[in-house]
Amino acid sequence: MATRLQFENSCEIGVFSKLTNAYCLVAIGGSENFYSTFETELADVIPVVKTSIGGTRIIGRLCAGNKNGLLVPHTTTDQELQHLRNSLPDQVVVQRIEEKLSALGNCIACNDHVALTHTDLDRETEEIVADVLGVEVFRQTIAGNILVGSFCTFSNRGGLVHPHTSIEDLDELSTLLQVPLVAGTVNRGSEVIAAGMTVNDWTAFCGSDTTATELSVIESVFKLREAQPSSIVDEMRKSLVDTYV
Amino acid sequence: MAEEAGMFTVPQTIGSVLCCKCGVPMEPNAANMCVKCLRSEVDITEGLQKNVIILHCPECDNYLQPPRTWIKAQLESKELLTFCVKRLKNLNKVRLVHAEFVWTEPHSKRIKIRLRVQKEVLNGAILEQAYIVEYVQQENMCESCTRVQANPDQWVAAVQLRQHVSHRRTFFYLEQLILKHDAAVRAIKIKQMDQGIDFFFSNRSHAVKFVEFVGKVAPIRSRHDKQLVSHDSKSNNYNYKYTFSVEISPICREDLICLPPKLASSLGNIGPLVICTKVTNAIALLDPFTLRHCFLDADQYWRVSFKSLLTSRQLVEYIILDLEPISSEVNIGGSKYVLADCQVARVSDFGKNDTIFNIRTHLGYLLRPGDYALGYDLYGANSNDIELDKHKRLNIPEAILMKKSYEEKRHRKRGKARPYKLRSLNMEVDESQSRADQEKMSSEYEQFLRDLEENPEMRFNISLYRNKEYQPSEVASMTDGEDLPSVPLEELLADLEISDEEDGDESMRE
Repeated sequence: MATRLQFENSCEIGVFSKLTNAYCLVAIGGSENFYSTFETELADVIPVVKTSIGGTRIIGRLCAGNKNGLLVPHTTTDQELQHLRNSLPDQVVVQRIEEKLSALGNCIACNDHVALTHTDLDRETEEIVADVLGVEVFRQTIAGNILVGSFCTFSNRGGLVHPHTSIEDLDELSTLLQVPLVAGTVNRGSEVIAAGMTVNDWTAFCGSDTTATELSVIESVFKLREAQPSSIVDEMRKSLVDTYV
Repeated sequence: MAEEAGMFTVPQTIGSVLCCKCGVPMEPNAANMCVKCLRSEVDITEGLQKNVIILHCPECDNYLQPPRTWIKAQLESKELLTFCVKRLKNLNKVRLVHAEFVWTEPHSKRIKIRLRVQKEVLNGAILEQAYIVEYVQQENMCESCTRVQANPDQWVAAVQLRQHVSHRRTFFYLEQLILKHDAAVRAIKIKQMDQGIDFFFSNRSHAVKFVEFVGKVAPIRSRHDKQLVSHDSKSNNYNYKYTFSVEISPICREDLICLPPKLASSLGNIGPLVICTKVTNAIALLDPFTLRHCFLDADQYWRVSFKSLLTSRQLVEYIILDLEPISSEVNIGGSKYVLADCQVARVSDFGKNDTIFNIRTHLGYLLRPGDYALGYDLYGANSNDIELDKHKRLNIPEAILMKKSYEEKRHRKRGKARPYKLRSLNMEVDESQSRADQEKMSSEYEQFLRDLEENPEMRFNISLYRNKEYQPSEVASMTDGEDLPSVPLEELLADLEISDEEDGDESMRE
């Protein structure tokens, strides 16, 4: 199921949170309400970690990750890195990378198998992404936008891309990603998809401006209706040993 | 670009997304909302005026353009549309693409206009919307109409135009000039007076403007006075009536003048007997014996202010018996002159006695033996001009010819309509005029029309209109070898009609 929420009167909740199949990061210092919404949905399945990155709250745009790992930018302090390593499950590799494009969340979009990256990303970074996240990396643009991390979001089951994406691009991308894609919007017509929502294989969080139509598109393309944590539990069991009792 | 460079490009098909509000599939746009939803979401006409009150003068059918201008406009006209659209505030916040009238009953005192406006909404999407503005027409008499209603004779400034001569020729010409230049459109009353015309204005500045106009076309001297009508000592307001007294110099075209010795010598010993060839804001003088000429502007004239020795009413008809040119052609101010010695006799003497004059004339170019000419009979004149006595040893000729006479030929044409018409000012005439005065005036007017026909230079400044009733008789034009001077048809303004509706036209121009 998709949930609508707000971060301190802002509907861009993808900026202030990062959700993967193995963990969820939320910005520190936000209202408790924001945190508790994630907590109620996810607490019994995956850890919800309050953190900051480089002293900022826009963690969703600064880091990139999936169930295998988490990449944080070079602005991350040692303390924050340590905190993340302590809080995340052991098999999640946390890696700080030296990349001049430090808003990794805007430059990298990924699920557990594939990642799309900004075309100007370092080759070194690309290798790290492939190694740490265990994914195949494609340099791509979405409807002419190079910030692939901002204008699309996808899980292992489906994906939502920028509304101006042409049908040819949509076909090409879904061939690369091996998931069904659809062009759409969040937050009442906003095209910055990843900023307006955050999603994993069984749940999604959207900004509170998101209309019922958008929500139904999201639920159907990410196949959230039939998805329950329990149905994926078997699959997740290996990675969730410590929280799953 | 890429195609020009021979690169392969993937054809792009625009996909469809669901409208974020109602969920219908549509082409993605900037707001990602279908047009209907967008329209329900935002009203771009919000904050624009939908009801406006306009002031309308029921008397002259004008609309008030604040703060003070009144605009003449017909219902459903372009002017009214412009006026109405201009009255809307905040219209600069949107882009106006179309405006049209919605029909309303003419007596409803309502004007409706449908406007289409565009505006940018929600991250770059441009929305177009139509809406109707209703104008309520409130009746409010304009200032000039109120004044007319209250008291039609309520003038503030009067211009008294005078020329102290025995004829009205100057005023006939001036009337045409005023009409051509619309100089007196703002006059609320025009009154014909003895030796002049009075113009009444509702505003001092209108009178000043009129006086300035007259000063550009005639040598004038003016003074102005004001009379206190009322005074509000509390707000320091004074209410005056202004009077402008304008005097036109008594020197007219074709007058014979004896210049005062001082002036004659300051003009290079011209004359002292000279004739006036033209009067504009300066007076053109010509010495008929030497063909020297000079100009006197208004200032120079009024410093000396001489009078004419003989005026055009005193012209006498002569017959040319013999003519012998003694100089070559001279061109002065557009007309040609040749000095000539000639033998003339008065027509009145002709066949009665043998009085013959040997004189010199400047009309050698125009005259042939056997022609008739008009001139001043100095031989028979009993002049008591002071200036004439001041000149010592002045050799006074027996006659000075002024112009060729067409009197003989005119006899045949008498009573026929002219091919042209002139407009006339809407002047109040004093009813107490005697019959003799009226006759004198009509004969002077006839004389003025003849002058017009003889002088293309005079016609140049005024507008002649085609007379529709005139049928040219072919017989007349066939028989005459030498034609009477007349106005060529090409000079006439064909399209303009003189009728009583003129007043309406004029008020529209205001």
